[in-house]
Parts: sequence; C-alpha cells; structure tokens
Amino acid sequence: MSTHTSPASSAAGLATRTNGSGAAALLAAAIGSVAVALFGIAADKSAAIKSFFVFYKPAGQLTGETTAAIVVWLAAWAILEFLWRQKNVKLKPVGLLALALIVLSLLLTFPPIGDLF
Amino acid sequence: MEITTRSLWTLIHGMGFGALYLLAGSGALIELQYWLRPDNANSARDLSRFFSWYLAAMAALAWLTVLTGTYLIYPWYRTPPPAGTANLAAYPRAFLLAHPSTSAWHSIGMEWKEHVAWIVPIVITAAAAVTIRYGRELASHSRLRSLLLSFVAVSLVAAAVAGFFGAMLDKNAPVDGGQTIRLVKGE
Repeated sequence: MSTHTSPASSAAGLATRTNGSGAAALLAAAIGSVAVALFGIAADKSAAIKSFFVFYKPAGQLTGETTAAIVVWLAAWAILEFLWRQKNVKLKPVGLLALALIVLSLLLTFPPIGDLF
Repeated sequence: MEITTRSLWTLIHGMGFGALYLLAGSGALIELQYWLRPDNANSARDLSRFFSWYLAAMAALAWLTVLTGTYLIYPWYRTPPPAGTANLAAYPRAFLLAHPSTSAWHSIGMEWKEHVAWIVPIVITAAAAVTIRYGRELASHSRLRSLLLSFVAVSLVAAAVAGFFGAMLDKNAPVDGGQTIRLVKGE
C-alpha cells in the first residue's frame, strides 16, 4: 500500500495528525473479522483444528476460534500501527479493502456459504 | 411472577446489552451522518468528545454481549442431554436438531449468530479507538469519518443478524433453568 509522509491538510484549520493510525485500526479490525470467519470454517473442516480450538469445554471450539481471531486482530493492529503511525496512507484503497474484508467476513460466517469450502 | 436465572441472563444478554447496542448504533449513524456534511465540520469538533465516549460505550456493550453470550448462555444452550432423555425441552440445541422443522434454527441461525456476533465488538472497538485518538481532528479527515460511518453501519448489520436469530432461537427453544427468582408474589 503506497504511503507518503506529508502532514494531512487541514480543512478546518486544525493541526492534524496523519491518517495512518486510523487506517491501521480500521484495516486491522477487518483482518480480525475475516479471521473470525476463517477460523470458524477451518474448525468445521478439520477435527484436529476443532479440537485445538476448544479453550473452554462447555462452550466448545467457539472460544478458541474467537480468541485466536482477537490475537490476529490485535497483532495486525500493532504491526500496522507501527508501520503507518507517522504516515498518511491512501485511505481510499485501504478503506475499500477494509470494507471488502468485512463484507467477506459477514458472508463467510453465513453457514451455506462457509460450507462451500 | 417468576423467572429462572438462565432466563434472566438471556434477558440481560439479548434485551439488555444487545438491544441497547442496536439502539445506540442507530444514534451513532445519525450523528456520523451529521458529521459528514461539510458545513457541519466545525460544530462536529464540539461534539467529538461526547461522541468518542458514546462509541466507547457501544464497544463496551458489544463486548458484554458476546462475552455473556459465549461463556455463559451458549454452554447452557449446547449442553447435551443424557442418553435416553425423552423430553429435550431443557436442552435447546438437541431440541432444535431433533425436529426437521426446527433444525435449521440451529444449523443456520445459531451457527451464523455465534460467529457474526464477534465481528461487532472488533469493528466498533476500532471505530471507537479512531474517534478517541483523533477527537476534534476528525473534522479534518472527511474520508476517515466516512469509513467510521461504514464501520458503524456494518456493525449494526452484524448485530441485527445476531439479535434476530437470538430472538428466534429463544422463541423456538428457550434457554431456561437454574434457580427460580420470584419477582412478584401472585394473589
């Protein structure tokens, strides 16, 4: 994703911080959302993964799937924040990618679609 | 008038945290819509502090909803019945799966709800973090504000799916049991 480091223009006359932190937070959330869907599908397809994800037996593999997705989300956030916090990223492609990933995660969590894989 | 502890927790989870999230989300959408108008950028600055904490409260509600749902209510829902149990009413998952007319409420409804609901706290926490971090400066980031609006909208869609199936599941196979709490003594 191409970036540049000039300060953001300030339409309202405020000294603004770069948009990198915001883009990092939103894209990381989208990655975390896809991780929820992908871990759910993976646990459905493999008995070994299903068994690995049982972190809390009464609630089954859902606990591991979601905990692992949260780890992915926070790790992605930390990495993207580190890479982009001083930069202005091109928010249009980053935003479109984030929204596409979230819509994809909504679709993949829908069982008739998730079961196709 | 009585209620069981499991019913009470289901009520707190769905009609408390979940429904409150949906209501709050509608308000957030209207507020963000207002922010997106260029002529409102300056007045939006004054509201940014309130709105930051508003989204943080929504994130807290979303986390409370999924945590109570996954770790408290879901185990009651999926408890397997002992072998030979004829009356499955106390075992919602088994009850739904036992009948072709209700099995899809579990295989589609619960399977979708249990995963899609977790997208909500992740997405709204990111939106809240951005709003808190940028505060008044969001007035100068119109594209970031547009993305926030989309994120809140998506979180509402996911919450609505989870809420709808939660309500329908509880209608078809209520999670019930535990201690009975007497709310009002009858005449």
